[in-house]
Amino acid sequence: MVMAAATGSGVGCSGARTPWRFLTVDEARTLAALCDQIIPPDEDPGAAWAGVVNYIDRQLCGPLDHLRRSYRQGIAAVNQSSRMLYGSAFAELAAARQVDLLTLMEQGRAPAEAWKQIASAEFFDLLVEQTMQGFYGDPRHGGNREGTSWKMLGVPYPPIRGRLHFDVSKQ
Amino acid sequence: MALKHVNAVVVGAGAGGGIVAKELAAAGLSVVLLERGKWYTPFDDRKDDLRNQRTTVLGAAFGPDDERNPRVFVDKQGREHLVRPSDGDYNNNAACVGGGTLSYGAMAWRFMEKDFRMRSTYGTVEGSTLDDWPISYQDLEPYYEKAEWEIGVSGDDSNNIFKATRKRPLPMPPVAPNLEYQILRPAAQRLGLHPFDIPMLRNSVPYNGRAACMRCRWCVGFACEVNAKNGTQNTAIPAALATGNCELRTECIVKEILTDAQGRVKGVAYFDSKPRLYEQTADLVVVSGSANESARLLLNSKSRAFPDGIGNRYDWVGRNLQGHAYSGAVGLFDFECYDDLGPGAGIAICDFNHGNQGLIGGGMLANEFIRLPYQFVGWRAPNMPRWGPEHKQFMRQRYRRSMGIMGPVQEMPVFESRVQVDAKVKDCWGIPVVRLSGHRHRNDPIVGKFLASKAELWLKEAGAITTWTDVPGTDLSGGQHQAGTCRMGDDPQTSVVDKYCRVHDVDNLYVVDGSVHVNNGGFNPVLTIMAIAYHASDHLVKSWKGSHGAS
Repeated sequence: MVMAAATGSGVGCSGARTPWRFLTVDEARTLAALCDQIIPPDEDPGAAWAGVVNYIDRQLCGPLDHLRRSYRQGIAAVNQSSRMLYGSAFAELAAARQVDLLTLMEQGRAPAEAWKQIASAEFFDLLVEQTMQGFYGDPRHGGNREGTSWKMLGVPYPPIRGRLHFDVSKQ
Repeated sequence: MALKHVNAVVVGAGAGGGIVAKELAAAGLSVVLLERGKWYTPFDDRKDDLRNQRTTVLGAAFGPDDERNPRVFVDKQGREHLVRPSDGDYNNNAACVGGGTLSYGAMAWRFMEKDFRMRSTYGTVEGSTLDDWPISYQDLEPYYEKAEWEIGVSGDDSNNIFKATRKRPLPMPPVAPNLEYQILRPAAQRLGLHPFDIPMLRNSVPYNGRAACMRCRWCVGFACEVNAKNGTQNTAIPAALATGNCELRTECIVKEILTDAQGRVKGVAYFDSKPRLYEQTADLVVVSGSANESARLLLNSKSRAFPDGIGNRYDWVGRNLQGHAYSGAVGLFDFECYDDLGPGAGIAICDFNHGNQGLIGGGMLANEFIRLPYQFVGWRAPNMPRWGPEHKQFMRQRYRRSMGIMGPVQEMPVFESRVQVDAKVKDCWGIPVVRLSGHRHRNDPIVGKFLASKAELWLKEAGAITTWTDVPGTDLSGGQHQAGTCRMGDDPQTSVVDKYCRVHDVDNLYVVDGSVHVNNGGFNPVLTIMAIAYHASDHLVKSWKGSHGAS
């Protein structure tokens, strides 16, 4: 995994000390704030608690390694837009400001100067897709901690209904 | 590298190829069955909701892999896209022993009589190559029955007053109704419709030495871990191997069909997993790679007799690519409709397959398979934000309080919707790849809207508080129901194979899979592919006069 991260796509690790596979500490913090607006905590946990950042980081060193450049450029552009519009990094903004910026991105109206390398609407689409995958998908991929979204939806446990009380030898 | 000569090489171990291999081997022919994918067992199935054959955001579980198998997709604006198997525009089916039948939903439909006589029924349709088949429902009826009993079908269509006559009932009863079924059945009856239990290639009781369905929620897109879902990988192919006359070689990529100076087929060239290049000679070759890959193999097999690809003298190979314009509706309820009893789909109607006032064709309607949580993200109501607190609340409230009814709209074949081989892009073995281009016929969304409106009415009658429809546009359609690219017909100038699936002009080359469909019915096509495979095999065996080419 680490080798793949370093050599695979031409977008390597930053060299900074980081507990993540691909993301820097700052990138992961920004991403957590972004994901937590896409699926915010309420009476049930939100995307950040559920480990969506871990899911994305892991897949960027796996099946989604072709998206590394998009994430690196997109997260940088989010913070650049945030500083231009509100004077601080995205993770430091009040929730309402974060929602405002995400809405601008969704509509493709984020400051063009920050989004020269990747279109804001394109990065927004990626964020929504992967946040949903990491939150509602199988915990084996690094998100959906403790199956939290499945509990929220009322998906019956165990995941493989029938397996526990099914005995082929008795038929 | 040359190998021992055999009577028949079958390319592709899916619904069609698996059955042909078994029928030929049982008749005493020596058979080599080549498959580009692996042979998975039920124990290989990891029940992964992000990586299976239906949801492929982290890859297609049963092949082909993203790294070695590109295609070129040309959109309606004429822009070229390099696509991978996990991309929707790739129009993937599967690459494994069993092909699509390892992981399908397993609906086992017989086409209706009119599906074989579309031109006689509806006349000429502008912009479409719609035609009659050279065979009728009656010709296929015994072979539908054979597929139902040999591969194994459960269900009960006795309440389907629209079905074509059958001589024998299905071998297994339907699985017990789930909650959706119990809600939808009386609603359909109140509307004067004719609901019945969907025929499924799934054991409802122990059958053929394998267990009954355990009703888990992981069905379409997944292999069955108790082997209760019937495909060629657990029926025809093991039976073929048990004859001692069939050898299955997996992870073998066929490069081209080889011809002799007279234009007859003498075998195939293929790469094994190393990859080493082999020549397997045979008296006859059967191509069963599905509509995209079978057409590609024919087009890649060029010779002096066939400079534009074997069987392609009149430019019909790869034409008329079609799938299904899936249309329907979603309903939200204020009561629970989820009881976690798989496979989910269980009830259908055929009231709208034909005879729809002013419309050409139609399709059956059925309730949907169980939605896993990530799949339900795609069931968003129109006007519902796709993120934020409102979306989360929607997921929480409606996951267990929603139903979907969808149906495969019979598509009008379009000559410009096609498989070609790309002039530049090659796969990892250096073989030119599939190039997809074209569009659906404008009739398809019209019928789709009609069918969706009927689905919506059904859901409302069942108590839905909110409904919305889902109808596709005219983007190219292939995918898991891909068909049509090597049309069956009597006239060699307007078709590729004859009614026994033999390529016109080449007396020892056959195409046996969905490619030969003239049109694709308003139904999932697999049982028809199986019936055609039995029909073609029967003719092949009866006309077999022994080896021609053995040295």
